[in-house]
Amino acid sequence: MQLDNLYQEVILDHYKHPEHKGLLQEFDVQVHHVNPSCGDELTLNLSLKDGHLILGWDGVGCAISMASASIMASLLTGKGINESQPILDAFVALMQSKGAQSGDEEVLEDAVAFAGVSQFPARIKCALLAWMAYKDASIQIRK
Amino acid sequence: MSIELALDPYLIRSDFPIFNRTVRDNKRLIYLDNGATSQKPEVVIEAEANFYRNTNAAVHRGAHHLAEEATEAYEEARDSVSEFLGAKPSEVIFTKNATEAINLLAYAFTNAESGNRFHLTPQDRIVVTEMEHHANLIPWQQLAKRSGAHLGWFCVDDEGRLDLSDIDSIITESTKIVALTHQSNVLGTINPLGAIIARAHQVGAIVVLDACQSVPHMEVDVASLGVDFLAFSGHKTLGPTGVGVLWGRSELLEDLPPFLFGGSMIETVTMTGATWAAPPTRFEAGVPNMAQAVGLSTALKYLSNVGMRNIHAHEMKLTERLLDALNEKKSVTIFGPKNLEMRGGVVSFAVEGIHPHDLGQFLDSHGIAVRTGHHCAWPLNRKLGVVATTRASFYLYNTDADVDELVIGINAAEKYFGTI
Repeated sequence: MQLDNLYQEVILDHYKHPEHKGLLQEFDVQVHHVNPSCGDELTLNLSLKDGHLILGWDGVGCAISMASASIMASLLTGKGINESQPILDAFVALMQSKGAQSGDEEVLEDAVAFAGVSQFPARIKCALLAWMAYKDASIQIRK
Repeated sequence: MSIELALDPYLIRSDFPIFNRTVRDNKRLIYLDNGATSQKPEVVIEAEANFYRNTNAAVHRGAHHLAEEATEAYEEARDSVSEFLGAKPSEVIFTKNATEAINLLAYAFTNAESGNRFHLTPQDRIVVTEMEHHANLIPWQQLAKRSGAHLGWFCVDDEGRLDLSDIDSIITESTKIVALTHQSNVLGTINPLGAIIARAHQVGAIVVLDACQSVPHMEVDVASLGVDFLAFSGHKTLGPTGVGVLWGRSELLEDLPPFLFGGSMIETVTMTGATWAAPPTRFEAGVPNMAQAVGLSTALKYLSNVGMRNIHAHEMKLTERLLDALNEKKSVTIFGPKNLEMRGGVVSFAVEGIHPHDLGQFLDSHGIAVRTGHHCAWPLNRKLGVVATTRASFYLYNTDADVDELVIGINAAEKYFGTI
């Protein structure tokens, strides 16, 4: 069933049991992103400690947008800021692939579960909400 | 008086070519997104295409044969709309859509000079409601900003009805405009207009009705409604995209300044100035969407043939069937009136534990098209305390089976997402 390409088990798991959810007590950058076509909202906190990223987030949205925030936060926490860039680039490329790519598991780990999302044009924005928030936050934190 | 036979949705479906296709791996198309746009019968598609095939020329210009025929077809379309609304042809203005119709009016206020009845000052007040579609909210917000006028609004109660208890303090003596929807595109609520119109006219305000969700689905007669302006869109009314209607009372249109300037809308022009044509031409600058107006006219004739009362009755039967099924489910919250009194065929709801986008996606895999999101009524969603809802909206071609499939789909979604 095509729908299972979208709602991979790992996605539904993260949706039901989100990781790194909750805003940080102290952070270097906070960004708030919305998806105006559906009203989904996400707040992302970013902090750098000894060169390692700490992420915290909160938001309301669909399974895809919330699971994407959870998986992204798990994936990027502990990474260096330069290290995060190729991961972000790989995820964006995967979302733009229209189902042609399956994603590099070495780079994206659990986030390859979103490969199926790229076949559903209306849902790509959902999957990208957290990642675009991170992109924004990472630019600010470099300043 | 014509005799109206009871509506058979299966016969009607055969007039709509889109129902010959399937969606998502050969699923029957169950189209429940009529609040967003309606499907088109073959006669409308043909009417639009035939205009281009046989009649195409710029209307109101040129003395050649085609220009004559095109002008005649376009003006006949205006006659059809006026007949459908119980109005005069000169009161019908073709626009791009309902959004443009409302903006036309709002910008005309801005263009009104001191002394004109439409001129607004910071002492004036504009009144809307909390249940407006963005198209009947933001143009008035912006007009308030441009003119300095104050913006007030009616609130929505827990049942999704307008709270009219403070009507005299909301529609004050200084109110110049009361803009509201006839039927909420989210809640399905049909607003009672009598008291609002009476109070508005008592203080000398004009009443602007967003009829996007009513004109396609029920009998609307402007003479008996008593409003001053009314807007609806063609594409929600079985017509083509790219055409909408602003209706206004003759005596008001006479004084209303234009919004868009250019060809067609003038009387005389010199290098330094111009004077304006009479309504409706004053408000139709440039070559209009002619083929679309002709298509809309055909759509309205199709609807009249079926009978607007039949259509409304049919949609209410479907709504009752859905409300009955959803009211039985503890996991479902219905937003808006839970009975059939003063409501139309629009049902918005939430299913516990499933975000509307996920529900919509799941239903789509069953061939069911519903709308998910804030339905361009973000302030109303905030009032309801939700980010988004799922909405099913009916039309004349929907069947009992469509409703049953939706309910089956909701049950299956709850299993799929593990919420029951």
